[in-house]
Amino acid sequence: MDKKLFLSGNEAVALAALDAGVKLGAGYPGTPSSEILDEFSKAGGTAQWSPNEKVALEVGIGAALASGRAIVTMKHVGLNVAADPLFTVAYSGTPGGLVIVSADDPGMASSQNEQDNRRYAVAAGIPMLEPADSQEAYDFTVRAFELAEEFRCPVLLRLTTRVCHSKCVVSRDRTGTSCPPVKYEKDVKSNVMIPAFARLAHRRLRARLNAIAALNDEKNEFNLEIPGKSDELGVIVSGISFQYVMEACPGAGVFKIGLSYPLPLESLKKFAAKYRRVMVVEEGDPIVAESCLAAGISAEGKAEMFRFGELNVERVRRLIAVDLTPEVPPKGGKAPELCPGCPHRKSYEALKALNCIVSGDIGCYTLGVLPPFEAVDSCVCMGASITVGVGLRKVLPEAEARRVVSVIGDSTFWHTGINGVVEAIYNKPSTGHVIMILDNSTTAMTGMQENPGTGRKLDHTPAPKLDLVCTLKGLGVDRVDVIDPLLEQDKLREVLSEDLKSNGISVIISRRPCIIAAARIKRYEENNK
Amino acid sequence: MSEITNITVAGLGGQGVLKVTDILAEVLFELGYDVKKSEVHGMSQRGGSVSSEVRYGDKVYSPMVPAGESDYLLVLDRTQVEVAAPKLKAGGVMITPDDVPEEKLSNPKCINIMLLGALSRRLDLPKDKLLEAVRKTLPEKLHEINENAFVDGWNGR
Repeated sequence: MDKKLFLSGNEAVALAALDAGVKLGAGYPGTPSSEILDEFSKAGGTAQWSPNEKVALEVGIGAALASGRAIVTMKHVGLNVAADPLFTVAYSGTPGGLVIVSADDPGMASSQNEQDNRRYAVAAGIPMLEPADSQEAYDFTVRAFELAEEFRCPVLLRLTTRVCHSKCVVSRDRTGTSCPPVKYEKDVKSNVMIPAFARLAHRRLRARLNAIAALNDEKNEFNLEIPGKSDELGVIVSGISFQYVMEACPGAGVFKIGLSYPLPLESLKKFAAKYRRVMVVEEGDPIVAESCLAAGISAEGKAEMFRFGELNVERVRRLIAVDLTPEVPPKGGKAPELCPGCPHRKSYEALKALNCIVSGDIGCYTLGVLPPFEAVDSCVCMGASITVGVGLRKVLPEAEARRVVSVIGDSTFWHTGINGVVEAIYNKPSTGHVIMILDNSTTAMTGMQENPGTGRKLDHTPAPKLDLVCTLKGLGVDRVDVIDPLLEQDKLREVLSEDLKSNGISVIISRRPCIIAAARIKRYEENNK
Repeated sequence: MSEITNITVAGLGGQGVLKVTDILAEVLFELGYDVKKSEVHGMSQRGGSVSSEVRYGDKVYSPMVPAGESDYLLVLDRTQVEVAAPKLKAGGVMITPDDVPEEKLSNPKCINIMLLGALSRRLDLPKDKLLEAVRKTLPEKLHEINENAFVDGWNGR
């Protein structure tokens, strides 16, 4: 079947996973990756939201150890959480294809940093494919599973915001792709990474990367060379930047890299020799440029100013022209803000009224840093609110330590916030600590996904509902209050005020559903009766 | 490079900016054009400025319209005119609520579809196909008011 569809990159990856016979999809929502598993599930695939990315990757490893194809999705910073299993599954590999999707966010449309996860491919020694549009997102995903099984190694599929969320025309031509049967074969030398076996596995890993590099040069399957109209300019490019180059540099020779680690250095060398000037165009870190330099390929990298933010056609024109005049920032539109009627608003009003130092976390509620609240004092990464709060309380003089409150969402609590509660109880500050869980009964920022506390699975059908109060009391929290921030505004302030004076570990669960999600939550609940 | 048409739609989060480009891109795709559409999700969508872009022609590369190259600019909220204006090329067409019979709207939320009607006529697109796409994209209870908004936008002032 060859059917033309109009798809986003995320939708294309989802359909490719289905067509490749993926047995299990696991991940944690994060812009710009979130739609992949939802779409995979809607199309008939088996998918789940795990509490965090490390858990998701480990579940994926298990599925692939059983020879099932598994896809694990996350945003770029999610791969930091999953880095521990990542570096070791790179050694062991799995008999079933394991594809890890890293959706990077150059320009930080919705992220706390713009780290370039191509570095992970190099650091862990995992081959990386980089699609430049939805068609390649589809093609490369199917091929990623085949490549993973041929070489018995996980494959990283690196997407970026514009590939994930731009839509274009896709030919769906790999439906019913054959995949190996599920089975278990005991193979301790491959699967148990004790030092004696891991030493051998590391050697196998390096040999495998050499073999893939040779394949990348010989077959060039994932790369594309477009001859220039003259020998004036050759451009080396990967990912979405290819689209900008095609528009900004008509007539130039182009070498588009699809399998970006290990790089096809021999092919790049031959390409570069054909042009008088060779430039590398890449978003983020100068990784390809540095690799070319190290390999003795004479190619110019971009000026440092283009390391920041995403590229586009105008910026590529400037980059090629080495135009270093300051760029005019786009007109600032209206800044985002907490929705009118958002329950978080009332929680922030209470925190502000009591002059709290707020150690914040990742979610819609991070917007509490902006006016009119200006109530958030720090934000690092998922789950950091509680632990950073503990650190602040341990070092600040008592009067200020008592003002510190850690504020975290419900999904973020289950992600890695729960570890912070263990820390707060085990290494309790002398003033105790106060934690506020903003429980809006959904994973709002990324598009209202379910989480372990909602009582529903990824597809919104019933699931066991983890109980926040029982969990916190079981861990040893001294006082837990569940308060509706809208209907019990006075109580919220009274309890918060008492907690700040106590020397215990207190948690306020500020519970009211997200105003945008409320109607659909009601609908799911009725469907699930 | 082949001729391509660039359209930018701008407004505020919650106004249905993405709905407009979804409907438009779907119709252009069905008409057989090479089409690309771009948008951004996530934090910036919470009540802030939102824009989405559609490009179509024989062959489209970048999914985003380069600054100052939009042939058409649809602005759903008057406060966003100044922010979005740099997207428009010299001689390009800007369509705002001032250009449509806004007073005919039974629900102000349908301004996005009314402006889509105005744009579709200027692009000379088949009206029936667009109305069909509007119905396909929106829930049934919203069909009538949005079809009316589209037709009023198409007919103009």
